[in-house]
Amino acid sequence: MKRADHTLLVLVVALLALLVIGLLLPKWLFLLTLSLGKGLVVLGLMLLLRTGLVSFGQGLFYCLGAYAVGSLGQFFGIKDVLLMLLTGVVIGSVIAFLLGFLMAKYRDIFFAMLSLAFSMILYGLLVRTAALGSTDGFNVAPPTLFRRPIGGEQHQFALFALACVLAFVAALVMHAYFETPLGRLSPAIRDNEIRVEYMGASVRQAIHVKYVIAGALAGLGGALTAMTVGHIDPDLAYWTTSGEFIFVAILSGTGSVIAPFLGAFVFEIIRTYAYQYSPNTWQLVVGSALLIVIVFLPAGLWSVFGHLRRRGSS
Amino acid sequence: MTPILDAQGLCKKFGAVTAAWGISIAVEPDTVVGLIGTNGAGKTTFVNMVTGYLKPDTGIISFKGRDVTALHPRQITQLGICRSFQIPQLYDSLTVLENVIVALGIVLRNSKPRRLARTPKIVPGHGTTLMAAAETMLARFGLAQYRNSPAGVLPEGVRKLLDIAVALAVKPEMLILDEPTSGVSSDEKFGIMDTVMNAVRSEGVTVLFVEHDMEIVSRYSKRVIAFYEGRVLADGAPAHVLGDPDVRKYIVGGQVAVRAEDIARA
Repeated sequence: MKRADHTLLVLVVALLALLVIGLLLPKWLFLLTLSLGKGLVVLGLMLLLRTGLVSFGQGLFYCLGAYAVGSLGQFFGIKDVLLMLLTGVVIGSVIAFLLGFLMAKYRDIFFAMLSLAFSMILYGLLVRTAALGSTDGFNVAPPTLFRRPIGGEQHQFALFALACVLAFVAALVMHAYFETPLGRLSPAIRDNEIRVEYMGASVRQAIHVKYVIAGALAGLGGALTAMTVGHIDPDLAYWTTSGEFIFVAILSGTGSVIAPFLGAFVFEIIRTYAYQYSPNTWQLVVGSALLIVIVFLPAGLWSVFGHLRRRGSS
Repeated sequence: MTPILDAQGLCKKFGAVTAAWGISIAVEPDTVVGLIGTNGAGKTTFVNMVTGYLKPDTGIISFKGRDVTALHPRQITQLGICRSFQIPQLYDSLTVLENVIVALGIVLRNSKPRRLARTPKIVPGHGTTLMAAAETMLARFGLAQYRNSPAGVLPEGVRKLLDIAVALAVKPEMLILDEPTSGVSSDEKFGIMDTVMNAVRSEGVTVLFVEHDMEIVSRYSKRVIAFYEGRVLADGAPAHVLGDPDVRKYIVGGQVAVRAEDIARA
């Protein structure tokens, strides 16, 4: 029998739980908001992974989204949070749409390396652009919602709540998308492209669409991160940032649309504490954590829930 | 009756090897055609040219009066020719049911106005019609018991059936089967062919099938086309073609001789 789909229920519970946690533990707000931003990027990456594509360059769209937000405030004086987020999404999807014509022709390591190359081009450009602060980047002023401040030290909860809603909607839409005919093409393309074409669907077009969706989500995540952190620099496009997203994706697993957010949060916690307690060897701790997950939970953190459910039902 | 498929003067060379040497075949709608010939005779090359995988060096292929010679496999599939493969091409990590749902989803997406098809549906349970159609397909092919098994772990005979089922799920007007019973045990082969032919009959699909097994060919085809060295050697009713002296000498006889050799060796 097909297991009943509880994703909507779990999402609603997670949303409410997050809001309560945010209210009770204001010290965690920064880390939680940051995790939601990165989770959005990983959600897009998960879509590509399900299609059998590893993008080693989601940092490109992440950075573009962040710089779009920063530039709006810095150069145009626009601080409306919704407009800023929208700009992040638009710039992410437009650039992904343009690059998609080339990217959709490549697979495997070539897809990964080409995406990496594009993100490093952006990094190189930003490092040399004095108007955007070169390697130092610049600060992002706290945004406003309907002329009232949101984010920053005092209004962190409002921005967090907005991030929660965005993540909720994105996860829900992605979950519904997986059930549509186009969404179902993802695992089909991963398994057998030839058959997809011989069923009358265009693999290249499908990949292009998925690449744009992933770009839009990364742009949104970047925009959110810029507002949360209040500072942006070219490192957002550096290959280690993109690698971090893949790291989180592997940590989370591609089993559920909720997994990326959980994975991003676990990653941030591990990193924060590792950095706090062993500033010189924190990478070692993070790496070991991933190793443990790969060995014991090859399908990612999310598979823990599957194991628990099976144990509970038997 | 006007032919549904009309191939005229197809030639194809691979370097020094000529795989097709002026093949002309017209197929009437709603019939079952068996393609026979030894390995390298040009059957699969012909099938690959019709389905757009290979482009003929010269010659024209028209389907329903439309020139499809230069079209991509995807476009030819959309026009109504679908095929199965000698080695089943499935989505191995997906279940049997999901394999069929992907096919039905593509058909749904291609048939609807694009704007509608792209709108994500968030209404719960919207997939029920697709699911029901897929279940019907599985029941018709006797695959219902495997519905939740990943396609990658199925026995070869079941994979063959599923491969044909997904091809038929795309709702073709012409179905091309490349050796539907190869690699399948001899007790399974008639079962597969009976299932396929019953399913095809209810859909009114024209069938072309490549086959080495003369028992299958004589039992299921209404017309047989014999290939030899890239040419059509004989074409007509099964009894006529299988009784043709040249066909007996080069194709059918060859098969019998090989079998005798095998027995002698054993």
